[in-house]
Amino acid sequence: MNDTGGTAAVDTRIAIQLTDIVKRFPGVVANDGVNLTVHEGTVHAIVGENGAGKSTLMKTLYGAHQPNEGTITVEGAEVRFSSPKDAIAAGIGMVFQAFLLAANLTVWENVVLGQEPGSALSLNAKQARRRIRELGEQYGLEVDPDALISDLGVGDKQRVEILKVLYRGAKILILDEPTAVLVPQEVDALFASLRDLTSSGATVIFISHKLDEVLKHADAITVIRQGKTVGELPDPSEVTSRQLAELMVGSELPVPEIGESTVTDVPVLELKNLTVAGDDEGVRNPLDDISFTVHRGEIVGIAGVEGNGQSELVEAIVGLASSTGTMLLDDVDIARLSTRERRDSGIGYIAEDRQKDGLVLPFSLWENAALGHQHRPPYGRGPWLDIRGAKAKTEEIVEEFDVRTPGIEVAAFTLSGGNQQKLVVGREMTADPKVLIAAHPTRGVDVGAQAVIWDILRDARADGLGTILVSADLEELIGLSDRLLVMLRGKVVAEVDPKTVTPAELGSYMTGAKTGTH
Amino acid sequence: MLERIWRASLAPLFAAAAAIIISSVALLISGNDPLEAFREMWKSIDSTQSVVIIINTAVPLYISGVAVAIGFKMNLFNIGSNGQYLLAALVAGWAGAEVSLPPLLHVPFVFLVAILVGGSWALIAAILNVTRNVNVVVSTIMLNYIGIGLSAFLLQEVFRDEENGGLVAQTKVMPESARLPNLNAIVEFFGFDFAPGVELYGFLPFAIALGVAYYVLLNRSLFGYELRLSGMSADAAQSAGVNPKRMVLITLFLSGAVAGMIGLPFLMANPDFYKYGDAFPTLLGFTGLGLALLGRNSPVGIAAAAFVWATIERATQPLGPLGIPPEIGRILQGSFLLSAVIAYEVVRRRNDAAAAAAAAEATRAERSEPPPSATTVGATS
Repeated sequence: MNDTGGTAAVDTRIAIQLTDIVKRFPGVVANDGVNLTVHEGTVHAIVGENGAGKSTLMKTLYGAHQPNEGTITVEGAEVRFSSPKDAIAAGIGMVFQAFLLAANLTVWENVVLGQEPGSALSLNAKQARRRIRELGEQYGLEVDPDALISDLGVGDKQRVEILKVLYRGAKILILDEPTAVLVPQEVDALFASLRDLTSSGATVIFISHKLDEVLKHADAITVIRQGKTVGELPDPSEVTSRQLAELMVGSELPVPEIGESTVTDVPVLELKNLTVAGDDEGVRNPLDDISFTVHRGEIVGIAGVEGNGQSELVEAIVGLASSTGTMLLDDVDIARLSTRERRDSGIGYIAEDRQKDGLVLPFSLWENAALGHQHRPPYGRGPWLDIRGAKAKTEEIVEEFDVRTPGIEVAAFTLSGGNQQKLVVGREMTADPKVLIAAHPTRGVDVGAQAVIWDILRDARADGLGTILVSADLEELIGLSDRLLVMLRGKVVAEVDPKTVTPAELGSYMTGAKTGTH
Repeated sequence: MLERIWRASLAPLFAAAAAIIISSVALLISGNDPLEAFREMWKSIDSTQSVVIIINTAVPLYISGVAVAIGFKMNLFNIGSNGQYLLAALVAGWAGAEVSLPPLLHVPFVFLVAILVGGSWALIAAILNVTRNVNVVVSTIMLNYIGIGLSAFLLQEVFRDEENGGLVAQTKVMPESARLPNLNAIVEFFGFDFAPGVELYGFLPFAIALGVAYYVLLNRSLFGYELRLSGMSADAAQSAGVNPKRMVLITLFLSGAVAGMIGLPFLMANPDFYKYGDAFPTLLGFTGLGLALLGRNSPVGIAAAAFVWATIERATQPLGPLGIPPEIGRILQGSFLLSAVIAYEVVRRRNDAAAAAAAAEATRAERSEPPPSATTVGATS
């Protein structure tokens, strides 16, 4: 649909050219033949899904690591950066997503850190302040040089980061998801500054997956999918946001769908007046008097803006947060049981953060497969770990759930996010749970793994599993759920029918703009 | 197998070389001839009896290393093994001398007392941690001083043997039935013989058994799995149904229990002691911290580290009279420990990178086929 290797803007010089960049990491090929051409004096956007390889590519360009294959050319000359120092010397500066500022120092101290003007013994503060003011005025990045970083807001901190890069003489700026932390007004101010920069000859590359802002602000776009360049668009006005999205995720977009209802009227998990108390008196309860029932063969979706009690709900059910109320699992109250007893009685758990709670990254795959089931066959026998049984079971999981790995002895950190998650899902599913608590089961996994995980949830539902699905992905919620509950400030504020609700409507329930039952 | 051994010893060999270079420089600076010093050191360890003495010295050091390694595996830093073993040795030495039992019961009795006292002393820190959230490092360090002070007080006022040696503060000598016979017969059986007065102390088999038990517990038992799990990721452990408080209590107790045994080779197998007293070695617990680091918490590694430690101690003993500062031993030990920790980290990173590259190759080969499920789902939509 779009020409690749576009050479439209011939009137400007090429600032940066990356050719066939390959970068391999533990278990993944993060970049697998990426091409990128950025013209001088332009704002160039790099778009792609989470894990597409954008940040890896930018770190390659910044010298934070070296590519396994491919070449980098800066202003026509081939370069090889062995460290960010080389990249800075070549006029490339990077603004990271997470700010790297010393909170207890002032703005100017942060800006000059490592490049202090003056002699070894005396710091020329006056000169530093003046230079920062000049830069600020020139590019609309005004910040008080004497303000403490800890007193600044997010937008100002970002300005300091950009000033830091400019102070070091960067002509080419890389910004990694610069708008992720900004409110809309700040986004506009940021792009106005970037525009000032490019009109004075600098080049800006920014990473984003917000398509609207990319289309609005970028002069050219490069699309990356699964580590490859899939589109080079020299003129963003020619594409729509829809086309861009298709390019980003590929044409074979998996669609979450559950098909025929398998919901029965047999309750498998009944929550009554479930409450997680706040830490202090007078603070509102993170989870406040929740009651609902999950039936056999039913997926109950939990929607909500993050931080409205979903995590507490999950933790209360699994027994990681102390709660009051009753929880009947097959008519037996499990509310007073320990996490282990609950899991033994049939609660499967896919944790929200697999790398923190769901896996032990330095452990081998088979040790990870035992996690949470270690005391039961085939993983454990009596007081002993059944190593042979655990390994055999892990082989089965790897085979059945399509975990791509060179073997079960490798450490979990060598796998990609999607394969890690398939291992987690496989582990929970093969333990035959009655109820599955799935918190963000496809967060940060590639499209292929997402499709596999959806398949697994669907099949388990058909086999009578009751599932609570917490997700921030509204399409996933609407597509997979039989019933959708919306949580706001620790309470269930609405129940909606996923067959008729639109993502926009769901969004307004989530923010409280709309209430009641759909 | 050979390759594994080679890979495991690469870093320590590098560290040994670094330590020798650093201490040579120190010797040169202080106006000594490093070659002469090392020649003298080699002379003092190059005999059967030297090796036996080194093993005798290494055994309590090794137990001390194992004691803290148990905690290290769970990210619990039991810095208090010093206080734990002094108290345990005092009480066990006193109790062992007070009762009269047949050897088959007397030996386990002394063990039991030492284990209970050492474990209980460590348990104080564990209880403070799970009930009041007191940092284990801080509480175990402070309990050292309380333990050392308490044992000095108890020795003076309660457990002191008033009948013999009125001038020296010490407990009664333990009877024959509580002692472990030496292993000279075994050494001689293998054709070695050594000077009279030198003996291989009888605690060695117990130390070996301790290493085996430690390995099995950690790598083959559910408890060991959960202990390693808690050490690697407290969050994942909790999600997997492991009770973190229970783990802290049991692990610190075990660590203290093993620490309680540090003094037993002196009490039960060393003819110079058979009792607790002022002459009892007082700093073995702290040495264990370094040995656990050097041995990377593995029983074989800790044993090797303890052997090296004891060798350096033995080798530097005769240096003083020759005019070479015996402190060179401390420099050797310190620079060896530091270089080893650095070398381990370098090797670990290289191995991780190699494993990563191998894994990447393997997945890359598989990736060339299209993922099957994506297409099937696309078809259903």
